[in-house]
Amino acid sequence: MIYEVFRQERKGQAFQHAGSVEAPDEQFAEAYAREQYGRRGESAALWVVEREAIHPIEDFVDELNRNYHRVDGYPLKQKLKEARERAGTSKERAI
Amino acid sequence: MVSPVLSERAQLLVAIADDELILGWRDSEWTGIAPFLEEDVAFSSIAQNEVGHARALYELAARDLDTTADALAFDRKPEEYRCAQLVELRLPEWERTIARHYLYEQADAERLERLKTSDDEEVAGLAAKIDREEAYHRLHAEMWFERLKDEPRFTAALEELRPLAAAVNDPSLRNGHTPELAEIWEQMTEVRRSVPGATW
Amino acid sequence: MADSEQEFLEYVQSGGQVETDDWMPDEYRARLRKFIEMHGNSELMGVLPEREWILRAPTLQRKLALTAKVQDEVGHAQLIYRVVEDLGKPREQCLDDLISGKSKFHNVFHYPTKTWGDVGVIAWLVDAAAIISQKALLKCSYAPYARIMKKICWEESFHILHGRDVILTLMLGTEEQRELVQEALNRWWGPLMQFHGNPIPPDEDPMYQWRIKSQGNDEARQQFLDGYVPQIWELGLTVPDPELRKDEETGRWHYTEPDWDELMSVVTGHGPKTEDRLDLRRKARESSAWIRSVVLAEAA
Repeated sequence: MIYEVFRQERKGQAFQHAGSVEAPDEQFAEAYAREQYGRRGESAALWVVEREAIHPIEDFVDELNRNYHRVDGYPLKQKLKEARERAGTSKERAI
Repeated sequence: MVSPVLSERAQLLVAIADDELILGWRDSEWTGIAPFLEEDVAFSSIAQNEVGHARALYELAARDLDTTADALAFDRKPEEYRCAQLVELRLPEWERTIARHYLYEQADAERLERLKTSDDEEVAGLAAKIDREEAYHRLHAEMWFERLKDEPRFTAALEELRPLAAAVNDPSLRNGHTPELAEIWEQMTEVRRSVPGATW
Repeated sequence: MADSEQEFLEYVQSGGQVETDDWMPDEYRARLRKFIEMHGNSELMGVLPEREWILRAPTLQRKLALTAKVQDEVGHAQLIYRVVEDLGKPREQCLDDLISGKSKFHNVFHYPTKTWGDVGVIAWLVDAAAIISQKALLKCSYAPYARIMKKICWEESFHILHGRDVILTLMLGTEEQRELVQEALNRWWGPLMQFHGNPIPPDEDPMYQWRIKSQGNDEARQQFLDGYVPQIWELGLTVPDPELRKDEETGRWHYTEPDWDELMSVVTGHGPKTEDRLDLRRKARESSAWIRSVVLAEAA
């Protein structure tokens, strides 16, 4: 069985995929992951997950412009410039 | 090199260190050729830990004896080592190696429990440190035991080696060495003896 | 993502990376798998020359460091074979092809290790040559391979430190010890110069065209010479090549043409230790086959 291993480098950080181990069961997998991805003290914690338990999602449809989810949906620059002009504050800001 | 009359504490420390050293040396014979790659990495760590424990124990003894850990580990004659015969054997079959590992870890756990309650704070402290690593060795030995316990080759190896395990906790049973100790000593000290007194 | 060979080529040549499930041309997949498999084989066979010295390490510290180094290499083999496996060739089949002599491994692992000096020269210079190739793989167009290279390069950096420490200690020792280093260097120089392969121009090297490798062979060798010859010289060691010198104007090293016939003969399985080492692997594999079938039965 293949187990995927995720590694947290320091407490507080996100877990990142580190690699995998092949093992007959969870107990072996934990022992092997501990040595393969933590023997130099390079990990604060590991997650050991059966490969089959991972559901990959790789398709993301955006047919109808969902830019309100993104930075490019908010063109503030021009509006801010105009608003400053109307308020008469554009000069001070520019300095 | 080392005084034949060791203090009682130094005797105790050196005997345990010799067990850990020779076992670590034997276990390291698997590094690179274990049954599969993940196990190779795991078992190599165990071998390294045993040698690391030996070093810590020798260092403590070396202070009493005014010598160094390396001198204790390498510069004695084979007959001066105090290890149990169990750790000396060359076991090129994985099932026999695992049988020894299992038997040794059980016996060593008993020994560490005793040492952790020693009146000698240094000894007790070191035993506690070693025990924290040995806990993983025991887990490893037990999971292999569970996997192999119904395999005739493994049970035969356990029966073969079990009588030798008693000496780990009973110094009176440590009489004499197997020829395999002299063999491994030859290898262990080969480079070191090639230029006597040199730094490596 | 690309869906034709030409588009794919342009994609990887502009720095694009692909994942396991992405479409890739058959030629790319075949070359990639063969290359990565040989890398895995080399890690695994590379443990054998050094393993012989684990039992003879002359101090406790050296014992621990050398065992840990060999352990790292086994770990690298594990990581690399997983990448090969995900490309469609199971690890067990890789190992079978390795011991039957069907697949190849790197030239330097076909040679004997004769003294403790070899332990230092291998960890220092062979690993240095290897890290140059491996660092160039951090940019490999096949992303899963590039990713594991990070861990591998990180661990290799410890090996070079260990190697330099062994060498420096010997060079500070007795005349006999210093001679161990020079004698080992004399034997290893030829294989080291062959290590990065014949000087095929990157434009004609399909491995470079597919951006599996990110540098040409001679570029890697120049980098090795640039980094390590000064370090060898400053210790008072002699490089056994009377032609070796750096052209200050072009910044390129001149050297005696490496023996490409020897390289070809060695990597096709005719090195001085090829048979012994494969035989050791074969025996180890046979004697523990039943263990794998008991333990990994469910894992298959």
